[in-house]
Amino acid sequence: MLLIEDLKVEVGDKVILTRIDLEIGMGETHMLFGPNGSGKTSLLMTIMGYPQYKVTKGKIFFKGVDITDLPINERAGLGIGISYQRPPTINGLKIRQMIQICAGDEAEVEDLARRVNFVDFLERDVNAGFSGGEIKRSELLQLMAQAPDLMLFDEPESGVDLENIALVGKTIASLLQKDGDPLEGEQKSKMQLKRERTKMGLIITHTGYILDYVTADKGQVLYDGKLSCISNPREILTCVGESGYEECVRCMA
Amino acid sequence: MHGIDELKERASKVRNKKAALGPDINLDEFEKALVPHQYLADEDLCALPEDEQQRLVMAGLDLTKKERSGTFFQKDTTVVHCDTKQEDIQVMPIRRALEEHEWIREYYWKLVQVDMDKYTAAAELDLHDGYVIRALPGSKSIYPIQACLYLDKEGLQQTVHNIIIAEEGSELHIITGCSTSPHLKRGVHVGISEFFVKKNAKLSFTMIHNWAEDMLVRPRSVARVEAGGLFLNNYICMKPVRSIQMYPVTHLMGEDSVTRFYSIIVGSPGSEYDVGGRIFLKKPGCRAEIITRAISNGGKIIARGHLIGEQPGIKAHLECRGLILNGGTIQAIPELEGHVEGVEMSHEAAVGKIAQEEISYLMSRGLSEDEATSTIVRGFLSVDIPGLPAQLKAEIDRTIEASDKDVM
Ligand SMILES: Nc1ncnc2c1ncn2[C@@H]1O[C@H](COP(=O)(O)OP(=O)(O)OP(=O)(O)O)[C@@H](O)[C@H]1O
Ligand SMILES: [Mg+2]
Repeated sequence: MLLIEDLKVEVGDKVILTRIDLEIGMGETHMLFGPNGSGKTSLLMTIMGYPQYKVTKGKIFFKGVDITDLPINERAGLGIGISYQRPPTINGLKIRQMIQICAGDEAEVEDLARRVNFVDFLERDVNAGFSGGEIKRSELLQLMAQAPDLMLFDEPESGVDLENIALVGKTIASLLQKDGDPLEGEQKSKMQLKRERTKMGLIITHTGYILDYVTADKGQVLYDGKLSCISNPREILTCVGESGYEECVRCMA
Repeated sequence: MHGIDELKERASKVRNKKAALGPDINLDEFEKALVPHQYLADEDLCALPEDEQQRLVMAGLDLTKKERSGTFFQKDTTVVHCDTKQEDIQVMPIRRALEEHEWIREYYWKLVQVDMDKYTAAAELDLHDGYVIRALPGSKSIYPIQACLYLDKEGLQQTVHNIIIAEEGSELHIITGCSTSPHLKRGVHVGISEFFVKKNAKLSFTMIHNWAEDMLVRPRSVARVEAGGLFLNNYICMKPVRSIQMYPVTHLMGEDSVTRFYSIIVGSPGSEYDVGGRIFLKKPGCRAEIITRAISNGGKIIARGHLIGEQPGIKAHLECRGLILNGGTIQAIPELEGHVEGVEMSHEAAVGKIAQEEISYLMSRGLSEDEATSTIVRGFLSVDIPGLPAQLKAEIDRTIEASDKDVM
């Protein structure tokens, strides 16, 4: 479980997030909406532990541990993982090696890569010259190898073509245990699946396309550095689509 | 013999001529007398003391000789092992070659000027030995040939002259390691190398330097590549050295000849490296590339590169990337000279530090900060070298891997 209490975050001298309260329970997936520059990526980076996002107030708990001051790798060790919006290039490091790093070495690299159509990229340098859509698949592949309990997705479907969007959507659904375990032959009821689900997700999306593949328990709107409403994600989308963020945040508050 | 006397005479005149680059060395402070060593049979090689073996393996030597087509091993001034498994590839000490083979005179001092500076003069006047490796026309080395120049005697000036010939249509791969015994502190190494890559021949030369903290090193080398020839020149130096200065030159003499220089240098505190490459592109279709990766841990690194395009339709690129990890300096000095219309020449140089963003990225995949840093550094140093046999690539990777702790 992720619990964020009254969080305030600054970059340099600029306050980027204020009074953030957020709770993602075991097995839950939340959608995060908000206009450009509202602080969505900053929130994910803060949860992951990027040192330039300074927490000046409040606390973050994960699995009951206060992680507010933990370094990034210890958070990863506790089971937090992220699919980045714009990851850096690492020259000389092959995707194959990166997958092994994510998995802690004993990985069926080829099998994993096949699932996101990425076998041809295994000998390429991480993110070097990747197209927008290729970066998304590379990030998902890394998360698949890492298999964290809380997954933060930063715009996983933006820049992905129509054909690959299904692939991306289904991969995320499977990472978040939305589709049951395909290896276990028996069909489970939706209720049973939900009860047994442990993986947690926080997904940033502008378009909501991802909702066609991944059901979400809640939707959150980040506006002007504040989490301004919690509601059904579809409703939020409709509202924002019809009257814009400003209106939407006011009416729902 | 007229030619021989003339060389000696020219050398004598420049006995004290300082080099154009690098700190001056007073060679009078070092011993030059022959140091006798026993010849080592195959089984003796594998029975060398453990710490000595380690130094040799680090310099790329395969003491079992299993994966090598030939071996040359010189300790101080004396050749202690020399043989070849392939009839069409000759490996011999240069002194013997000078005594027994008239043809060597067509190569000896034909590319490097004997009166360039005091070091070339010393190589003529105080020559100890060195190797001749010659791949006969059309031959192909199944495994690389290995050559090792090893210093054991404290305070010695080791003076060698090497000649490498890849005859027409041959393919020759050489790995050469320079190293010192574990106890050695101070010494000088002067090494002349002349490379002849004939028509459509392919030569790769991978040199690993593993010197000691007070070693002074002055290699002088020139290569000549004929039409359709390929010369790959790889250089790796990741261990401390007091001072090394070298500026190897390649003349691309024939159409469509190609050369690539790859250098990986890690500069330790107290070490000074002035290294570079100069390539003349003299015929249409010539291609040249100089790629350098330098890391400073407190050392001083000057990375030079000089490309001279003399004909239209040539293509040349120079790239130097430097990382300053723990102090020190890296100075990249790239020079491009185009002498006619229709040359295509470029360079890029960058000196900086590891991006925090890359470290954080890897940490979010579970690595500690130190692991992330070394992973990035290893990636930085691993350059793809087209045309290099997988085995030599693995050798380079191993060297990088093994010196991880020196890098951090
Ligand atoms: N390192 C930084 N230095 C300065 N300002 C920053 C930094 N990181 C983020 N910001 C600022 O914080 C605000 C929030 O940025 P953030 O990237 O979190 O927005 P976002 O909601 O993810 O936007 P988008 O939808 O465009 O991805 C922006 O105004 C941004 O410029
Ligand atoms: Mg963003």
